[in-house]
Amino acid sequence: MEFYRTHVLVCAGTGCTSMDSRLLRQNLYEEIIKRGLEKEVKVIETGCFGFCNLGPVMVVYPEGTFYCQVKPQDAAQIVEEHFIKGRPVERLLYQHEKDTANVVEMENIEFFKHQKRVALQNCGLIDPENIEEYIAQDGYFALAHCVKDLTPMEVIDIIKKSGLRGRGGGGFPTGTKWEFAYKSQADQKYVVCNADEGDPGAFMDRSVLEGDPHGVLEAMAIAGYAIGASKGFIYVRAEYPIAVERLKIAIRQAREYGLLGDNIFGTDFCFDIDIRLGAGAFVCGEETALLASTEGRRGEPRPRPPFPAVKGLFDKPTIINNVETFANVTKIIRNGWEWFASMGTEKSKGTKVFALAGKINNIGLIEIPMGTTLRTIIYDIGGGIPKGKKFKAAQTGGPSGGCLTETHLDIPIDYDNLIAAGSMMGSGGLIVMDEDNCMVDIARFFLEFTQEESCGKCPPCRIGTKRMLEILDRITTGKGTPEDLDNLEVLANTIKSSSLCALGQTSPNPVLSTIKHFRKEYEAHIYDKKCPAHVCQALLSYKIDPLKCKGCSLCARNCPAEAITGKIKEPFIISQDKCIKCGDCMTRCKFGAISKE
Amino acid sequence: MSCQCGSASKDERFVKIDQILDQNGRDESFLIQNLEQIQHILGYLPEDVQAYLAEAMGIPLSKVYGVVTFYSLFTTEPIGKHKISICLGTACYVKGAGEILAEFEKQLKIKVGETTPDGRFTLTACRCLGACGLAPVLNVNGKVFGRLTTDDIAGILAQFE
Repeated sequence: MEFYRTHVLVCAGTGCTSMDSRLLRQNLYEEIIKRGLEKEVKVIETGCFGFCNLGPVMVVYPEGTFYCQVKPQDAAQIVEEHFIKGRPVERLLYQHEKDTANVVEMENIEFFKHQKRVALQNCGLIDPENIEEYIAQDGYFALAHCVKDLTPMEVIDIIKKSGLRGRGGGGFPTGTKWEFAYKSQADQKYVVCNADEGDPGAFMDRSVLEGDPHGVLEAMAIAGYAIGASKGFIYVRAEYPIAVERLKIAIRQAREYGLLGDNIFGTDFCFDIDIRLGAGAFVCGEETALLASTEGRRGEPRPRPPFPAVKGLFDKPTIINNVETFANVTKIIRNGWEWFASMGTEKSKGTKVFALAGKINNIGLIEIPMGTTLRTIIYDIGGGIPKGKKFKAAQTGGPSGGCLTETHLDIPIDYDNLIAAGSMMGSGGLIVMDEDNCMVDIARFFLEFTQEESCGKCPPCRIGTKRMLEILDRITTGKGTPEDLDNLEVLANTIKSSSLCALGQTSPNPVLSTIKHFRKEYEAHIYDKKCPAHVCQALLSYKIDPLKCKGCSLCARNCPAEAITGKIKEPFIISQDKCIKCGDCMTRCKFGAISKE
Repeated sequence: MSCQCGSASKDERFVKIDQILDQNGRDESFLIQNLEQIQHILGYLPEDVQAYLAEAMGIPLSKVYGVVTFYSLFTTEPIGKHKISICLGTACYVKGAGEILAEFEKQLKIKVGETTPDGRFTLTACRCLGACGLAPVLNVNGKVFGRLTTDDIAGILAQFE
């Protein structure tokens, strides 16, 4: 075995790859060879560290030095200063906003301090394209323990006692789901991994697949053993090319090592996994639609029962679990259900991964124990709102969820508390919005999404969401009427109670939630024809402050509608009748004389 | 056009389709996978290709057409030389992706979903590239551009001839 004095872990997740981390790794590698250090320093590509906002990121071990926003051209200096002379490159260290001192070690950075990594344990730690690194982290030991020492029912029992609930949205107890499938009699059963992460702004599953693909494969095999299935499918979005590639590599390696295929660990247990690509349909995240799509058909849901555990893929008993759910399974088997159940709240055990995005300083992927408050997430881990703006709302559950406001900052986050607050856990997208975001516009945005993604099978969803969207379009363009709010609520409740699948049933949630918490904003749009956040273009008016205007005519010369007139060196005026509200004048004015209201 | 079954000069597109089918399989459950790989090679899925595939896989053309039109990944129209996908995921949207899209429409003089008359650019919107740390982001031919402002757009377009 080879030993290296220094290990360099460079993030190869989607975020960092988009910021040239591939070139950085190549440059590091070349500089290391140039200086003859290739037997002493090893560069490893890993999955996502989570701190996507500061990408590309890398960590140097054994010191644990965390470098961020590293550019490919920084490679020479890092090799020279750190790897040869042994001192960290100060300018690339993390600096906390309030402190002047640089933070050297990763574990001392506020963003990581409050986190607890279970599902993401191996992400950012191992090379996802090398099965031996996974095995070195006790990988595939849980599977060995299950197939050699435990009966299927004992495995199911452990998962049940751990309290693990589905991480894809609904929060159904995983062990119970497995037990249903175990008890269904059939000649063939299936295990399906739902990696169709369609919630816009959520990227938890992608990061797990990119950073720890074997963790998912091992858990699927364990599930296969537990329910008596010999075949598994991973249904993954085609929009995630890196994740698909790493899954393919991982499956190939696992087969070569005999960890997938026939007679695993010398037992009678046989299990293999194939990949199926999603083709861009949000509804396929719904389990019955996902099954239809896996069979090569249009991804349209069907009524349940029968539940997939009884009649699923190709009409055989099937369990469908989300990526993050599977990522927890191996750790529960290895560390015991007591360990897992010791984390979290009474009815929500373990941790939850959130994709933190939007108007927040530290955008990235975080994993926290259930029961952590929104305040800790936003202000401690997330580092607060950029530019000193005021927190307005956080959307969880994506287009199926709702928003949390200032009053919810201190409730412990778990499945039940989020539902009680009018939102839901969802898959884990957490989008932060500040005072500059218009909540009516956000509601319209989500509804436009669900309306477009409605598969069209059932009328409440197909037609109802369309009518709701038309009303919201009217409100945001200043044509709203007082009845619109009532009509929205009536439509929303009808769609909720009569749609076929979860997509339709949950689609009105963002509208209901914003009406509940931000009714005044809706009313301002309808009665005053004003958008308080200055977002809805049709309700804005641009004005020139005569005291600040120097009369340079720059705005007037560039106005596409010729709406601005005036004499040179005298204040100009915008004609509101002609103004098309493009905002061009405001971005051009060098004196900050133009404002919108 | 007369039937050319069995003639030596078989459309070379269909030869490629045969290769894909040999590799993946002709069972209906491989339909989406086959369509995806065919589109990858041909750029789009015209009607004659769908008809050939239906015949070769032994399923009705209506079923193939139903699947092609259901999923947003598939297109029945040829696309431009460079494909611009603007992310309209939530994280990008709250950070002004709508303005970025409007600016592209303005500069290219086309609407989202359309191709410029010279065939240079196709403008599309997509839902979340998963690069939310760089919001707002877009993707041109697989290359990601992040932290965009409307001022960046002319420069990005100039990079692609």
